[in-house]
Amino acid sequence: MQEQGLIPHLFRTEYSKIIAVLCKAFGMEYIALAEDIASDTFLQAAETWGMKGLPANPVAWLYAVAKNKAIDAIKRNALFTKKIAPELIQSTEINCEPEIDLSGQNIIDSQLQMMFAICHPSIPAEAQVGLCLNLLCGFGADEVADAFLTNRETIYKRLARAKEKLKSEHIILCLPAASEINNRLARVLTALYLLFSEGYYSSSQNATVRKELCVEAMRLTHMLVDNEQTSTPQSNALLALMCFHSSRFEARINEEGDQILYHEQDERLWNTELISHGEFYMCQASKGNEVSKFHLEAAIAFWHTQKTDTPEKWDNILQLYNRLLITEYSPAAALNRTYALAKANGIQEAIKEAELLKLDGNHLYHALLGDLYSNIDYAKAITHLTKAAGLAKNAAEKNLILKKAAAINTGNPSKAQEYLIKS
Amino acid sequence: MKEFLLIFRRDLVTTTAQQSPAEMQDMLKPWQDWMGSLAARQALANPGNRLSNDGRVVKSGNLVTNGPYVEIKEGIGGYIIVRAASIDEATELAKGCPIMLIGGNVEVRAVVPMDSNG
Repeated sequence: MQEQGLIPHLFRTEYSKIIAVLCKAFGMEYIALAEDIASDTFLQAAETWGMKGLPANPVAWLYAVAKNKAIDAIKRNALFTKKIAPELIQSTEINCEPEIDLSGQNIIDSQLQMMFAICHPSIPAEAQVGLCLNLLCGFGADEVADAFLTNRETIYKRLARAKEKLKSEHIILCLPAASEINNRLARVLTALYLLFSEGYYSSSQNATVRKELCVEAMRLTHMLVDNEQTSTPQSNALLALMCFHSSRFEARINEEGDQILYHEQDERLWNTELISHGEFYMCQASKGNEVSKFHLEAAIAFWHTQKTDTPEKWDNILQLYNRLLITEYSPAAALNRTYALAKANGIQEAIKEAELLKLDGNHLYHALLGDLYSNIDYAKAITHLTKAAGLAKNAAEKNLILKKAAAINTGNPSKAQEYLIKS
Repeated sequence: MKEFLLIFRRDLVTTTAQQSPAEMQDMLKPWQDWMGSLAARQALANPGNRLSNDGRVVKSGNLVTNGPYVEIKEGIGGYIIVRAASIDEATELAKGCPIMLIGGNVEVRAVVPMDSNG
C-alpha cells in the first residue's frame, strides 16, 4: 500500500481497537482521554512517518506509541490515584503500570464488550448505530453524518450526548452475565441490523460509503459469531442474512450508483462465495427451535439468491413474509408480502390486499400499486406512479419511478412489471 | 383501536366432518395467507393458538367430563385477537377466515379493557 493511503487505512482499522482497549483499561468515564490518546497517536504517526519514513511494522509502532501515551497520561493525571491506586492496594503484586494490553485477544474482547456498552439500555437507539460507527469502525462525525444523510452538527451533538451517557451511567466494559446475555444481545443485533440496512438500502448515492457500512456491520457480527457466548442462533441468522444480501451488492447498483431492479440483475455478478457462507451460517442458526425475525429475513434473502422464477419460490417467500409480519409488523414487510402475493396467488388478489394496507403516504406503496396495475389498467398505474414520484425521498428513487412510468407509457409494461421493493 | 377476540368454531364430533392429514395440509396455506393479510394491515393483535380436539370439562361438584361436546357437536378450534375501530370492522376482518371453508364459524367478541366496567 502507498504511504499516503496507509494512514487513513490504519486509522479505519486500528483507531477503534486502541479506543476499545484504552476504555477497557481506564473505564468508560475516561472515553474522551482514550479518544485523545488514539488521535494523538495518529497525529504523531503522520508527522514522524512523513519525516523518517515508514517503520518496519506500522501497526506495532502505533500500539507502542499509544501504550506509552496511555501510561504517561495515567502517571500525569489524577487518574492514577483515583482509579488505579485503590486497586493496587488490594493487589499483592505491586505494579506501577496498569496493563495496556494490545494483544489480538484483548483487542477482540474489548471491542466485543464495547458493542454491549454502546447498546446499553440507557443509550437511545438512534444514537447506537452512530456510536458503533464512531467507536467501533473508526468513522469520524463527518463520515457518520454522510452515511445517515444528516448534518454534521446533529450527529456531533448526538454522539457527544451518548458518550456523556456512557460516562455518567458508569457503564463497565464487560460481557453481560449469562442470565442477561440474550436480552442485551438482542439490542446489539438490532443495532448491527440497522447499520447493515443503512448501507444496503440507504438513499445515499455514495456506493463506497454504503458498501463500507455493510462490510463493517458484517465484521462486527462476525465477532459475535466467533465468540462462544454470543454465537447464538439469532447472531448466526443475522450473519446469514447479511451474507445473502451482500452477495448481490455488486449486481444491484450500476456504475452511476443507480439501483438495478432484482429481475434485471446480472446473476453472474452475484457472489457465490458469500451465498455459500450464508448457507453455512443459516445451518448454524438452525440449531435449536428458535425462529426469530432474523431467521425469517435470512430465509427470504436466501430465496432471492435463487434466480429461478417458480411459483414454489414465491409461495415460500409469501409464507415467510406472513410469518415475519405476524412476528413483527413493518411497512416494508407489508409491501414486500404484497409483491410475493402477486407472484404466488395472482395480481388481482394482490391489488385487493394492497388497497387495504393504508400506506397512502408511502411512495413505495404507490410504486407497488403502479406495478400491479401496469398490465391491467394503464391510467391507474400512471396515477399511482405519479403519486409515488411526488412522494419519493430522493432524486434516485424518483428517477427509478419515472423510468417505470415511461416504460408503461411506451407500451412496454413487462419491463416495469417486475419490481421488487427490496431489489 | 379496540381489541376483539375471534373464536373459531367447527364440528369436532361428526366423523365425516373431520379432516384427513392431507386436507389439513391443504388448509395450511389459506390460514397462513389470511393471518399474514391481517398482520400486513396491522390488524393482528395476537396470533392466538390452535386448540387440540382433546379436552376436559370440569363442572360444579368437580364432575369431570371428556370434551366440551356432550350437548353440541361444535367446539372451539382456535382463536386470535384482532385490532379494529369497531365491532363492525372486526366482523369485516372475520369474513375472510378459512374456518368457513370447512363449514365452521367465527364468533367476534369485544375484549373489555382492564380499566373498564364493560
